[in-house]
Amino acid sequence: MSPAAAPPATRAKAGGRDSRTPLKSAALHLTLIAASIVSVFPVAWLVLTSLKPRAVIETASVSPIEQPTFANYAQVLGETRFLTWAGNSVVVSLATAVISVLLSASTGYAVSRFRFPGFRSVMWMLLVIQMFPVAILIVPIYNLMAGLGLINQLPSLVITYLTTTIPFCAWMMKGYFDTVPASIDEAGRVDGLTPFGTFWRLILPLAKPGLAVAAFYSFLTAWAEVAYATAFMTGDDKYTLAVGLSQFVGQHKAEWGLLTAASVLIAIPAAAVFLLVQRHLVTGLTSGATKA
Amino acid sequence: MAADVVAARRAAPRSGARRLLSRHWYAWAMVAPVVIVTLVLVGYPLVRGVYLSLTDATEATMGRTIGMNVIPATYEFVGLRNYADILTSSTFLGRLAWTVVWTLVCVALHVGIGLGLALLLNRPMRLRALYRMLLVLPWAVPAFVSAFIWRYLLNGEFGVVNAMLRAAGFAGISWLDDPFWAKVSVIACNVWLGVPFMMLALLGGLQGIPRELYEAAEVDGASAWQRFRHITVPGLRPVLSTVVLLGTIWTFNQFPVIFLLTRGGPAGSTEILVTYAYRQAFEGIRDYAGSAAWGLVILALLVVMATVYRRALRQQGEAW
Repeated sequence: MSPAAAPPATRAKAGGRDSRTPLKSAALHLTLIAASIVSVFPVAWLVLTSLKPRAVIETASVSPIEQPTFANYAQVLGETRFLTWAGNSVVVSLATAVISVLLSASTGYAVSRFRFPGFRSVMWMLLVIQMFPVAILIVPIYNLMAGLGLINQLPSLVITYLTTTIPFCAWMMKGYFDTVPASIDEAGRVDGLTPFGTFWRLILPLAKPGLAVAAFYSFLTAWAEVAYATAFMTGDDKYTLAVGLSQFVGQHKAEWGLLTAASVLIAIPAAAVFLLVQRHLVTGLTSGATKA
Repeated sequence: MAADVVAARRAAPRSGARRLLSRHWYAWAMVAPVVIVTLVLVGYPLVRGVYLSLTDATEATMGRTIGMNVIPATYEFVGLRNYADILTSSTFLGRLAWTVVWTLVCVALHVGIGLGLALLLNRPMRLRALYRMLLVLPWAVPAFVSAFIWRYLLNGEFGVVNAMLRAAGFAGISWLDDPFWAKVSVIACNVWLGVPFMMLALLGGLQGIPRELYEAAEVDGASAWQRFRHITVPGLRPVLSTVVLLGTIWTFNQFPVIFLLTRGGPAGSTEILVTYAYRQAFEGIRDYAGSAAWGLVILALLVVMATVYRRALRQQGEAW
């Protein structure tokens, strides 16, 4: 993973102002090494555990590697509905990401460029809905979905996730559009483009990275959502990964081998993609509010 | 662009509506999709939630359709009784107190540790890119996976944390079965999850502070602490205020960690407001009305908090 995720060249060694004493330098590196161990250890232990046979997992052993085997993986892929759940998660998350970006892009642009009557209301709406706790909408939406016969259907999750991702995407994209110079808009207007033309032909192509980040964030939100998925999906052929995984460690039995193997299978692709885009993600999350 | 608004206001009242429309119709058209979808998907359920919270709807009294048979709803309007019940109950105060402690401790640790690591990472040094990547890892793993990882690490019998404690000669701790240690556990897990975001956001903020300021201060003989206090802190303020608000909201609403790590237990001791409301609606006899009322109380708390926070920022001159 490391070469892929290496961040672009670190800025300006040119300053080079403080040449540290060896002691200070050692303290700096020791602190960072300690922090890195804390940060990596749980994940590393997860991977190691997933390679142990069940008999070893359920003992108080601390040895990192013991009788390594892929049996847990074989069992997860072959004897559980893991692949079905993964498919459900992908479908729900992709649909959520695509729909939210399509719907919210123009709003992000409008609140970035125009001051129109209702501007403040729209901004407040976007901000307040992001704060909505799960608890507030889950009951009415559950009842609505039950009325529409959508309980235990994947579309109910997509519709529900849109309530969180749409305001968030609009907010994030406002931040991104703010970084696109307004002079580009003006040039387009001078050339006779309508505001829609400017948005569609000039700004949107420039904002592709911003759109990608917003889409990715929506994807992650849907991918990791637990509460709605647990409440709405009742049959185990409709579970998403977050719900399915809790089946492995229920009230009465705990299949730690299955759980850890499944976790690794979920976490590795997620982490790889994530590390690639995280730099943009942070900018997207913070810029919307800092620019203002 | 603010001039647009001023100009619009000045327009003669007679043709005001038409002028506004011709000037702003494209902006309105652009925000229309989000506004409409939001009104349908959030506004309508919200109104319905408010209504439900004023009734005594439970699983038993809710209307249902089973095959051909339509069972009519039998719940009744009870006014503000649910709210009165909540606000006078000791459960509410207990859960609120723990939620506040949970949020404060988590956000303080997120920001404190995140800022510390960001300051360390903001210096030129060897292996910086590697440290950065390793430190971001907890954010890269989906939260529900992390909650399961921690549940295993902290397992009383064969968790590695207890195994290490025992190897070091201490007695194991029943992390998830003791009310106090369960609280420590959920906080530890959430701090582990949340630090990378703060670290990266603050690192971005630090890199935006012009280097010349530090050099000038150094020339003027400012100490390291003075440079931190008078350059770093003011320079970070915009980022800091945003991430503190985001972090507070996220932590206040943090569902997966609590729900998956301890399920709110033991005996409800780690239950925050959000997980409590959820459990009311979907476990045992489903109390829809009570849960809806809880949800609204929680939302009210958050809105008050955000308003106070925004106002405080505005006094410092960061308005929108």
